[in-house]
This record gives sequence, structure tokens and C-alpha cells, in this order.
Amino acid sequence: MTKIIYHDPQGKTHDIDVKPGQSVMEGAVRHAIPGIDADCGGACACATCHVHIKPDWWDKVGAPNPMEQSMLDFADNVTEHSRLSCQITVSEALEGLEVTIPEA
Amino acid sequence: MSKHTLVSPVVIIGAGHAGGAAAFELRRAGFAGPVVLLGAEAHGPYQRPPLSKAWLKGDASPEDIWLRDQAWYAEADVELRLKTQVVAIDRQEQVVTLEGGEALPYGQLILATGVRSRPLPLPGHALAGIYQLRDLSDAEALKAALAQAETVTLVGGGYIGLEVAAVARSQGKAVRVLEADNRLMRRTASAELAAHMARVHSQRDVDLRLGAQVVSFDGTDHVEGVTLANGETLPTDLVIVAVGAVANDDLARDAGLACDQGVVVDAQARTEDPHIFAIGDVAVRPFDTGPVRLESVHNALEQAKQVAAHITGRPLPRLSAPWFWSDQYDQKIQIAGLMRPGLRPVVRQDGQQGPLSVFHLAGQQLVCVEAVNAPADYMAGKLMLEKGVPVRADQLADVGQDLRTLLQPA
Repeated sequence: MTKIIYHDPQGKTHDIDVKPGQSVMEGAVRHAIPGIDADCGGACACATCHVHIKPDWWDKVGAPNPMEQSMLDFADNVTEHSRLSCQITVSEALEGLEVTIPEA
Repeated sequence: MSKHTLVSPVVIIGAGHAGGAAAFELRRAGFAGPVVLLGAEAHGPYQRPPLSKAWLKGDASPEDIWLRDQAWYAEADVELRLKTQVVAIDRQEQVVTLEGGEALPYGQLILATGVRSRPLPLPGHALAGIYQLRDLSDAEALKAALAQAETVTLVGGGYIGLEVAAVARSQGKAVRVLEADNRLMRRTASAELAAHMARVHSQRDVDLRLGAQVVSFDGTDHVEGVTLANGETLPTDLVIVAVGAVANDDLARDAGLACDQGVVVDAQARTEDPHIFAIGDVAVRPFDTGPVRLESVHNALEQAKQVAAHITGRPLPRLSAPWFWSDQYDQKIQIAGLMRPGLRPVVRQDGQQGPLSVFHLAGQQLVCVEAVNAPADYMAGKLMLEKGVPVRADQLADVGQDLRTLLQPA
């Protein structure tokens, strides 16, 4: 299990153990963390799983691919550290990753 | 169990995407009374879309597509009862009766009974080797059968048929798609998108036959062939019948609720009975151009949120444009809005290959956008729909035009 730290839109923090191989989105949805709807279930088709990566983690997590970037271009509250959490696969290398879920 | 509960129970019939979402949304909205979630299947709520896509070819297990960890239901005090069939709804007494006779009282009842695969009762339909795909057990059986088959025949050129065709083709099977109509996806997609997807499948050596009416399935115990109306018999190891779905509205109809190929609801998922809602695939909801039964995750989630808001007395969520997606090979299809006849199609494509989007207009109003590998066009179109931004065909067709600028207020 890999610990991922989610800061929800109300400012509450959730430390969640996520199974490596699952996405950061799945970790949130399965534990009912508010603010990540993930309507499409992880197909990079809806942009309802938008998160801000804590800047220290950006290099490790990496930048979005062009498809994801196109979706993000139309999302609200986008920053230079925005990602769609369904496109980030959890691995041991991400132990302790912190993400913030913006207001929808 | 406590003898007196302050808040009367919400009973949800159907533990699919819609029913599961209703339970989640009720708790998220702060509903403190009992929630009973009744599922006919052996599994709690799971993602259905992957069953005809990645899940079908991968080695993923059922747990990989669960909507919530199993522990969530107990933590949230949602009573999830699986393999449970409801046999009757008594609206007078506000009680549902389960198979076996147990009676469950409800304060509010949510019907989320979904749909079943439309049968194709032709001669030979009961042979082994003929499958349909609706739930996880169907998908597990089909996955095992695909591993043994070399030649696969899809009957029906809708989304499920085409998605399964793409999976089977990517596994190296010889794949044939038989569609009775003279085009694909008649009910849900435009002629332009249908023609594009026909090319996509044909280029990948799918034997796509339009106007192909199946008259019988042939074989002694196991299916060996499919015979068409023109007399031709096509050999096959495996058949998947994907010719649409039928709403599971029997319980509602028996209870005297208005049904029209689904349970009739208003724009807020309410039936005519103030204690009963219907959500998800089974619900027939009104749109500008008439009642529609939508089979989509977005529809299920939106109606689940509406019902939770009603029951908890919270403000209703803002409605968003209906949307849908499909993955076939390397093609990601995203659609927002509802396709209907009589719209003006505007094609946006750089050359003959590559990303394609089709904007469907009524006058200056966008009604539907269909995008293939064009997520920016899809997102722009969805926002145009939701904001009611007037559009111009020449601008939409111009691939040099950044669609984001069209969304800015003038």
C-alpha cells in the first residue's frame, strides 16, 4: 500500500492507503473523498478528477500527456501543477504524495 | 434494530452505478436515516463501462472496478444486501416485498433497476457459445469464452457491439460485425460518426456487414454459424448478441406507476408518487424534444444527486449537458448533448485522417458535439451547450480557429 495525502475542497486532509497500480483518482473515489467525482471512471474523458499536485512532487509525478492537457485546458481553477488524477498511477515512488482537490 | 427511527428509511432497488451513487450522495448530503441498498447481483456497485472495454481483455479482477471499497458500506451505515430480488412494491403501505416474503418499509423509494439485454429469440438462440453483455457475470463468462475463440461474430453495430469487436480484434481474433441497419449506431450517433467508425473498424480488418439480417444461429450444441436473410451462412466460434436493452420497469408497472419503455419521471427524477424516484438507465426523463431514456453514467450520477438533494431538502444540482464516451482501439469518442434528426452537421477535421469532430446545429444553437480523439473540441462543445453560446458553422469548421475564444463573452 502507498500512502497518498488528499486535501479536499473544504480543507480537510485524508491520508489514504492506495493499492499500487490503482490511480490517484481511484484511491479517492473508493474512500468517498469529496470533490473527486470521476464521472467517466478513469477514461480521461470528463475532467471531474482534477487535482493540484504539491509542487515538490511535480517532477516525480510528471506532466500530462496532450490528451489530458486538452481536457485540463477547459477545466476550472487550473494551475501549472494541475493533473487529472485518473491519469496518475500509484506506485511506491509516490509514497506520501500530496494533492489538493480544487473547488469544482 | 432500533424500534423507532427518527427518519424513515430510504430503500434503493438496484445496486448498480445509479443505485450505488444514490447511497453515496445521500450520505454526502448528510442524510442520517437508514439507507438500504438492494442488489440482485452477487457484487456491490461497480463500474459497468469497462466491461466492454479494457476490463474484458485485461487480467483485472472484479475488485478493480468496484465503485467503493467494501468497507465503505458499513462505515457509512449503508445496508448493502446482495443477491436480493424485490417482487413487489406496495405504494399504499410503503413497503417493498422481497423474494422469500420479507417486507421492508420505506419512507422514500428509489428505483434504480437498470436494463437487461434485449433478447434475439431466433432459431438456435439457446445454443452454447452465444453471449450477451450486461453485467459482471456476463463479462466474466465472455472473457473466458473469448480466450478459446478464433472467430467472433458480433450481432449489432451499436456501442457495446463495436467496443467488444475492438477488444476481440486487438486480441487477434477474426471479427465480424453484423448490423441489420444500413449504418452503425443509428439510435445514438450521427451518420458522420457512424461512417467514421465503420472506416476505423474496416481498416483494422473487421468484416463489417451492414444490412445483414440474421435469421438463425446454427449448430448442434454449440454455435457453429450464423445464417443471414440472403441465405449466406457464416461460420463462427462465438456469437455476442448486442442489440440494445430493455428497461427493467416491471416492478414499477405492476405498482401502477406510469411507464413507457422505462419509468416515467420529471426533470428531477420524481415519479408521480411523491415517495418514489427513478434514476439511471431505467428512467425516462423529459428533454426539450421529448422523453428520453438515457443509458449513461452521467445520467445515473446526475439523477442520483437530484434525488439526494430532494430527500435532504438541499438545493438541486445545476444540470449539465448529457454526455457519453466510448473507447475503441486508439479512438476515444466523446459526445455531449443529444443527437436527433434534422440537425445541421458541421465537420471539423484537418484532412481526411486524424481527430474528427462533428458539431450538430439547430440554427445558431449547438445541440450535440461528437468528438473522436479531439478532447478540446469536445470540452469546448460541452461548454457551448451548457452556456447556450450561439455558434457559427464557419468558425466551428475552421481548424485554425481556437474554440476557446468562441467561449469568451463578446
